[in-house]
This record gives sequence, C-alpha cells and structure tokens, in this order.
Amino acid sequence: MLLDVRNIWVSYKGIQALRDVSLHVNKGEMVALVGSNGAGKSTLLNALSRAVTPQKGQVTFNGRDLGRLAAYQVARQGLLQVPEGRQVLADMSVWENLQLGMLAQGRRPAKYTLEQVYDIFPILQERATQIAGTLSGGQQQMLAIGRALMGAPDILLLDEPSLGLSPLMSDQVFDALIRLNRQGLTILLVEQNAFRALECTQRAYVLDRGKIVIEGASADLMQDQRVIESYLGS
Amino acid sequence: MLLQQILNGTVSGAIYALFALGFTLIFGVQKLLNLAHGAIFMAGAFIAYYATVQGLPFWFALLLATVSTGVISVIVDFVAFRQLRKAGHAEFAAIVTSIGVDLILMNIAQRVSNTKVLSFPFGTFPVKFYNILGLRTSLLQLTILGLVLVLVLALAYYINRTSFGRQVRAVSSNENASALLGISAPAVYRQTFFIAGALAGLAGVLIGLSFNSIHFMMGEPFLLQAFVVVVIGGLGSLQGAVIAAILIGIIQSLTIAYLSSELSTAIIFALLFVTLLFFPNGLFGRAGNYAGGSRR
Repeated sequence: MLLDVRNIWVSYKGIQALRDVSLHVNKGEMVALVGSNGAGKSTLLNALSRAVTPQKGQVTFNGRDLGRLAAYQVARQGLLQVPEGRQVLADMSVWENLQLGMLAQGRRPAKYTLEQVYDIFPILQERATQIAGTLSGGQQQMLAIGRALMGAPDILLLDEPSLGLSPLMSDQVFDALIRLNRQGLTILLVEQNAFRALECTQRAYVLDRGKIVIEGASADLMQDQRVIESYLGS
Repeated sequence: MLLQQILNGTVSGAIYALFALGFTLIFGVQKLLNLAHGAIFMAGAFIAYYATVQGLPFWFALLLATVSTGVISVIVDFVAFRQLRKAGHAEFAAIVTSIGVDLILMNIAQRVSNTKVLSFPFGTFPVKFYNILGLRTSLLQLTILGLVLVLVLALAYYINRTSFGRQVRAVSSNENASALLGISAPAVYRQTFFIAGALAGLAGVLIGLSFNSIHFMMGEPFLLQAFVVVVIGGLGSLQGAVIAAILIGIIQSLTIAYLSSELSTAIIFALLFVTLLFFPNGLFGRAGNYAGGSRR
C-alpha cells in the first residue's frame, strides 16, 4: 500500500470538512475521488499534502507517517499535488516553472527528465520561454502536471484537472494521465465529471459532506443506483 | 557645478539603493513592512565603528558589520515575524512588532554610545581626491559606486538567474503553490532577511563614513526615505528601487545646492505624489503589487 489514510478529521475555516475519512491507494493504481461541490474533496487532497493539518487521524505514505511534516517536506517525499486552478507561477516562464518543479525531487532519483516531460506535452517545449500566465487554461494544466512530474512523484494527486477546459483540451489532459498511469505512475484523481473519472480509474471513493459514503471498483460504481442518481445524472 | 551635484547625488542615491533594496525585497516576498530596517542599518554603522576603534582593519570591520547585520535581520524575522506568519494575516501586527524591534535596537545603541554622535577615526578610509574631467571625486565615492554596482548586479543575477532566486520569486507570487512544489518558504525567508539585513548594514557603514556621523537614530530618516524610494520605484520591484533611489539622491543634492536644504524633504515627498498621479503602481510596479495587496 503506497498511501494509507486512516480516520482523518479536518476542520477548515470553522467547518468540519472531513469526518473520519479512510482510504488507500496501491502502487500503480489510478483511483478516483468523486463528490459534489463542497463535499470536501479538495480539503482531503490538501490534508494529504499537509497544506491543511488534520485534527485527528494518520496518513502513511511509502511506509512513513506524514505526521509532523510541513507541506514542502511532504512534496519532497514524492507525494505531489496538482492543485485546483493549476496555480502555475504566472509571471515566470514555462521553463522556470518546470525547473522549480525539480526541487521536490530532493535527493531521490529523477523519474522524468525535462526531455520526457517535453515528449508528454510537446506544447511546453514550444512555449518554453513564454510567461506561464499567458498560456491557455489547457496549456497551464499541462504545465502544472509537467511541473509535478519533474519532482519525481511516487503519487500524483490531481484536483479537478479538467476544470474550465474545452472538451478537446480535457481529452488531451486525460489521455496523458491515462498514459502516465499505464507507464506505472500512481494517481489519485479528484474530478467534478464523475462519469469521466469512473471511466478511466480502477477504483473510486464517493465523498459526501465530509464522509466516504461509497467505495469500490469504478466499473461497479458506474452501475450503482445511488451513484447514477446523485452524480451521473439522468 | 551641475554635473558635480549630479555625481554627488548619484553616490548618495547608490547608498539609498542598498537600503531600499533590502526593504523592498522583504516586502516583495512577505508583503510585510519591516520597520526595523532602519535600526539594522544603524547597527551596521555601530558594529563597524566599534570594530574599527578596537583596531581591526576597516575592510574587516565592513565585512563583520555586513555579516552581523544579516544575522541580526534573520533574528528579527524569527522574533518579530515568524509567529505572525503562522497565524496568517500578519500585515498590521507586523508593523507593530517591527517597530518594537526597531526601538529595542535603538535603545541598545543609545546605551552603548551614551547618546553621543560617533565618528570613524580620521584616516579609517584613505582620504584621496581626484579630478576627472573637471569633476572632483574621492576614493570613497568611487569605491561606493563600484561596490554598489557590483552588489546590485550580483543581486539581479541571483534573483533572476539562480534556483534560489526562482524560489524567492515563487514564494513571493504564490506561497501555497510553492509549498506544494517542495519549496521551503522558511528557507526563503531566512535567506531574504539575511540579504536584506546585510545590504542595510553595509549601507549604514557607508553612510557613517560619508557623513562622518554615527548615532543611534541615524536609521530613521533613511527608513522614511526608503518608503518614498520603494513607492516611487514600485513596491517589490528591485530595479525600480535602484532607479528611484538614485533619482532621489540626485534631486536631493540639486535641491540642497540650488534651493535650500530645508526644502529637500518636502520636494521629495511632492515628487512622490506627482509620481503616483501618473504611475499609481510606481514606475516599475505591477498592478496588485501594492501595499494593500494580500498574500495568496
């Protein structure tokens, strides 16, 4: 088990955002986390990244308890988040963003070289000297993913990678993620589009008002009456 | 006469630039006004003075003052700002805590110096004058210009071309996203405070030497002036700070020579208002980089 989350509770801005959440991700898996707006999906990713500190519970990553680590230290362990809204460093160049991504690698061996990242997202090589803030939303998402790959991730947490992207762009982003997973990268995906998330993952968790309410194989969840009614629409 | 005043003003402006660079660097990264910066500047002059009267060579006193004020500045961050950062929304509280540090450092200096005005012993720096193209200049002036030029270029290289500089810019523009990339904000804070303090301390030594006067309150007018420099140049902009500092040095020197020394402060502040009328973000400031800009 690569990532093991046990009974975490998180309060965020005065609200009990997560209640007794447990989940796990095995090495090489692609796991989805679905749920409506405000269910606590982003808070959960941020609790794993230690951008917010859980009140209770335990997160074990690669056999190590993340207990007292700060967010930047968690990133250096190889647990990398591509945050909601991409959060590229808008006034720096594409190349500079990618170089910064390499810091998370620390003393661990590299997993993706700059050339490999350019192979996955050729647009980043074309736009290497361009200021990141001037890229389109889809290109910024590719940059945010490419930047995380430079940090040698053991697991990639993605928060709504298709948010605000054109259908064509979000297809490209998802194709890239599926390919990365097939090549061995472990992925935990938060996605507003539940159908799309279940379609490309092996397992899934459904989060509702801060609690995990359903979990199982993604293929089974697509047939689950509750999931169909609440998240997949008519 | 005019060119002579411009030269003298450029030398003063170069020293103001050292002071303002550190101030704007801390603002750019932390969005905090470090009001203890003037006391750190003063501490630089004091340390170099006492080291010199102890018989240490001046170059060593200069180096000692620069490194010590860098360390003092890191301690100031630790004492006055670190706890506030943890709590978030520290802008106002940081003004109060940094004034506190400012007063403590000034009180110590007042005690140590018995409220006296000190000056470096004669001959601390070789007194040599040159005539270049009809301009009278001194070895001290040339040394200051050379030193500031090298430091400004080194800082520009550091910030724009090195991995550390990228981390400083990243934390300055988006601290949360930086943490998710594995960038240690505390390390960035330590290093920016060290650089800022060292530059301020060095500026203090150079001012103490140029005006031949060192006293416990010497930093305060420079702090006020640094506000003007930094706002005219554009808050957080390093190149803006350098250009505005030299501009103010020249204007000050021309005012004193052709109008009156009493007017120089009024004219500098008038210049501030005129600049803001045409450039609300300062000469090199970007929208959103202003004092009220929140930390993301």
